[in-house]
Amino acid sequence: MPQALFYLFAAFAVLGAFGVIVNRNPVSSAFSLIGCFVSIAALFIGLNAYFIGTIQVLVYTGAIMVLFLFIIMLLDLRAEERRPLNLGAVLAGLGTGLTFLVMSSVVIGRFPEGGRGMPELKAVAGSDVHELGRVIFTDFNFPLQIIAVLLVSATVGVVVLCKKELH
Amino acid sequence: MVTLNEYLFLSALLFSIGLTGVMVRSNVIVIFMCLELMLSAANLSLVAFSRFGALNGVPVYSAQVLVFFIVTVAAAEVAVGLAIIVAMYRARRSTDVGDMVTMKN
Repeated sequence: MPQALFYLFAAFAVLGAFGVIVNRNPVSSAFSLIGCFVSIAALFIGLNAYFIGTIQVLVYTGAIMVLFLFIIMLLDLRAEERRPLNLGAVLAGLGTGLTFLVMSSVVIGRFPEGGRGMPELKAVAGSDVHELGRVIFTDFNFPLQIIAVLLVSATVGVVVLCKKELH
Repeated sequence: MVTLNEYLFLSALLFSIGLTGVMVRSNVIVIFMCLELMLSAANLSLVAFSRFGALNGVPVYSAQVLVFFIVTVAAAEVAVGLAIIVAMYRARRSTDVGDMVTMKN
């Protein structure tokens, strides 16, 4: 990935992430997060992970964020915006976030192998979906079945949670 | 050429912004969005390692499969979490964490 494109999408991702925590209106936060996710998808595609970049757009921005916006519209959240900020929470949050960032920067700084560029990739015909599908259905077949059970139980759980009263 | 460390630093930056948001914001829905942001930041470093560890010109596909599973679990988590938030709103008419003090004393 060219350096200029990386910095462009990285800047968009960080701006979007800041927008999520700075905007008082949840709808603006959701739209900032959509911008952030699309930039992260562009970074994935720049890392030659085409399938992952595609599902990042389809699942995160197409399904998850639409669900978020739907719930925000459903619950009328106008009153929440007038609440004053809790100063203690702001200070604790900034302290925790900065501490984490400094600690991980120190760890990354002591990893000299990471200063090298990415290795060259073999030119493949078509996309990486074929290879990825082969790995999922052979080496990771059992986890895939577990994920299927998880999705079914999550669906049943949502239906139970949304019932007005349980019998 | 972009190095691995730049991706790792970007991932750490996005994760810490999400962590800050979880602690600063008091609206449950925005806290949930920040959790999704943290998951995505972790995915970014996984994909960067998958590309960096390429052997004989083939990226490490196991890392991308792990990202695929994380995205699936995140989708299930959002469905259940938003259902819980809607149920909570029905009971208390609020989505603010400051109003949820039933278990405090």
